[in-house]
Amino acid sequence: MNNILEVHNIVKHYAAHTALDDVSLSVAKGQIFGLLGPNGAGKTSLIRIINQITGPDKGRIIFDGERLQEKHIAQIGYLPEERGLYKKMKVGEQLLYLARLKGLSKAEAMDKLKIWFIKFDIKTWWDKSVEDLSKGMQQKIQFVATVLHDPKLIILDEPFSGFDPINANLIKDEILELREKGASIIFSTHRMESVEELCDHVALIHQSKKILDGSKKQLKEQFKNNTYTVEFNGTLSVDEDVFTIQEIKPLEGTVQRAILRLQPNTSVNQLINSVMNQVDLRLFSENIPNMNEVFIRAVSGQSNLSA
Amino acid sequence: MKNILLIIQREYLTRVKKKSFIVMTILGPLMIAGMWGIIIWTSMSSIDQKDIQIVDDSGLFVGKFPASESFRYEFIEGDIDSMKAAFKGSDKDALVYIPREILINPKTVKIFAEKGVPLELQSGVERAIEREIESIKLTEAGITRSVLEDAKMDVESQTISLKEDSEEKSSAAAASIIGIASAFLIYMSVFIYGAQVMRGVMEEKTSRIVEVIISSVRPFQLMIGKIVGVALVGLTQFTLWIVLSIGIFSVGSMFIKDKLSAMSQQMTQAQMEQLEQLPPDARQMAEQQMQSSMAGNTGAIGDIMGALETLPVATIIICFIIYFIGGYLLYSALFGAVGSAVDSETDTQQFMLPITIPIIASIIFAQFVMRDPNGSLAFWTSMIPFTSPIIMMVRIPFGVPFWQIALSISLLVAGFIFTTWIAARIYRVGILMYGKKVSWRELSKWVFYKG
Repeated sequence: MNNILEVHNIVKHYAAHTALDDVSLSVAKGQIFGLLGPNGAGKTSLIRIINQITGPDKGRIIFDGERLQEKHIAQIGYLPEERGLYKKMKVGEQLLYLARLKGLSKAEAMDKLKIWFIKFDIKTWWDKSVEDLSKGMQQKIQFVATVLHDPKLIILDEPFSGFDPINANLIKDEILELREKGASIIFSTHRMESVEELCDHVALIHQSKKILDGSKKQLKEQFKNNTYTVEFNGTLSVDEDVFTIQEIKPLEGTVQRAILRLQPNTSVNQLINSVMNQVDLRLFSENIPNMNEVFIRAVSGQSNLSA
Repeated sequence: MKNILLIIQREYLTRVKKKSFIVMTILGPLMIAGMWGIIIWTSMSSIDQKDIQIVDDSGLFVGKFPASESFRYEFIEGDIDSMKAAFKGSDKDALVYIPREILINPKTVKIFAEKGVPLELQSGVERAIEREIESIKLTEAGITRSVLEDAKMDVESQTISLKEDSEEKSSAAAASIIGIASAFLIYMSVFIYGAQVMRGVMEEKTSRIVEVIISSVRPFQLMIGKIVGVALVGLTQFTLWIVLSIGIFSVGSMFIKDKLSAMSQQMTQAQMEQLEQLPPDARQMAEQQMQSSMAGNTGAIGDIMGALETLPVATIIICFIIYFIGGYLLYSALFGAVGSAVDSETDTQQFMLPITIPIIASIIFAQFVMRDPNGSLAFWTSMIPFTSPIIMMVRIPFGVPFWQIALSISLLVAGFIFTTWIAARIYRVGILMYGKKVSWRELSKWVFYKG
């Protein structure tokens, strides 16, 4: 079995609206899977179904080759977007409690906690009340609580919110390390730069439906619009058979930059030849959309129709 | 199951370890003991006899006023004005002036005191004079005091409840006290511990820990764990209160007993001395009175103690525990549901009212039920699960047929299963619902949401 999680045709209705409409996706083992979508698209509903907090109206979920059931709770770690801790409880006690709820024995939980407390250098926090910690510190504790029981699948909903850049990096490294150790990660966020950086595979949910699914490379390929950026000295005019000019503007000195669109059924070689014949070429590159552009284009409906 | 135990453990330990719990548990009985102490102390210290001087111009009353627990009378001769002057320097408490024409003008009695006249003293003196005037007038009409006393009979009844095989003495007074006390305890604890459940749920919701927890346990487990945990806190607190109270009261009562016996000895002595001064027939009468009143006292206490023994003590205790737990479970589930539906304490008001109305209503019904413990109001309110924990506890000391208790308990069990079911349905939706003002309509919809 190569997939840690398979979601098949999930439908979830609430009283007035449909939160998920026939959504399917699969997360491979060892993958960092980006689950994207605008607010209210249905991401949280899907995550809650995977965590068995709510049940789907239709569809089924396969976890590690088996139908999802109660025992799998112990193999999933979940960091919700709306998260918190018991304010009056001591940090150590609280982590022990949360770990034991995930099925660890007290001794196991203790051993694992020690490792994390050393790793994050937070040994002095053990007897502190949570309310005495800063928000960033609390987030660290929550991260530890999420991964303490060595889950096979980790679901992180906006994991970086509330972290300063240094701690965000620390968490990022931990996420990568967990993947190295064999965990699979579902990563839900609005911050496209972290998607760009971390995710192997991305699915986009919009208005209760999955509208995109693929590896980062595939999606970019799908969303590129056959445009190229060139910088040159000289005068460039349109070559109707090969390319059109979308935009042209002067840079410093005599150098100009233009965005060219390749005509259908022409090769990149032809484009370069045509341009080289006209001007003194300085720079040539293909415009590959970043995840932010993919997201915006997909959601606003202007997908790859121009290709 | 293991998780429920963990939750119960956490809910219990965090509450029991709180300073406020420890303080309340220790201070509670101390405060109650202190209150009783003050009451007993004030009532004992006010027993100080008051010395009252009487100037009797009519000459009708000299030596006719028997001393009582609170008053000692001294008749003096002389002019009222000079007596008034002499009174000012003395340590006497009051000076009474009875004018010559008292029989014609009964409203001319005057009482002088340096610090104002207490009502008790005033009415005591008035009663003594009235009694004597009554005697005088009766004698004039040919009736002696003793005939009159003879005509006044003190009727005391024993209440006896008929059981299948035996007659048992029962005491309506003792039954009422036990009944209303246990009803009130249940009433208080439903409120106190129900509110704790509600606040606990709200704490989890507002601190946003709840979603983390319910990714590990079912929402129902979390709710039940909390309810049971708080119930155990309540039982712990009650047990500690009872143990501490018994401790304090046994120490306190030893002290009070000593003082009481010393005091009553002192009093009888003082009264005897007073009696010596009375004319023979008055003395005899007073002695009789004193004896009969003392006998009456011990008799009444003895009766109540006896009746206590005949009350169905075992039934009361077992039923108290059952109705305490049942009533608590029934209501705390609803309190928990309210806590899950709101975002802050101020929003709880609109949902609390319908829950508290039946509890408050039952404590009001309880007073009618006490007067008629077997009437139809008593029967029906002790069957409805929302009122039965309180009402049934009022009825049980008076004796309730077994089938009624059994039916009422079964209905109560059905009742709390029902409210827990409703509460769980509201709870699982409510705890994940943020920033939304919830209406009753909304709540009723939640109940029917699918999994």
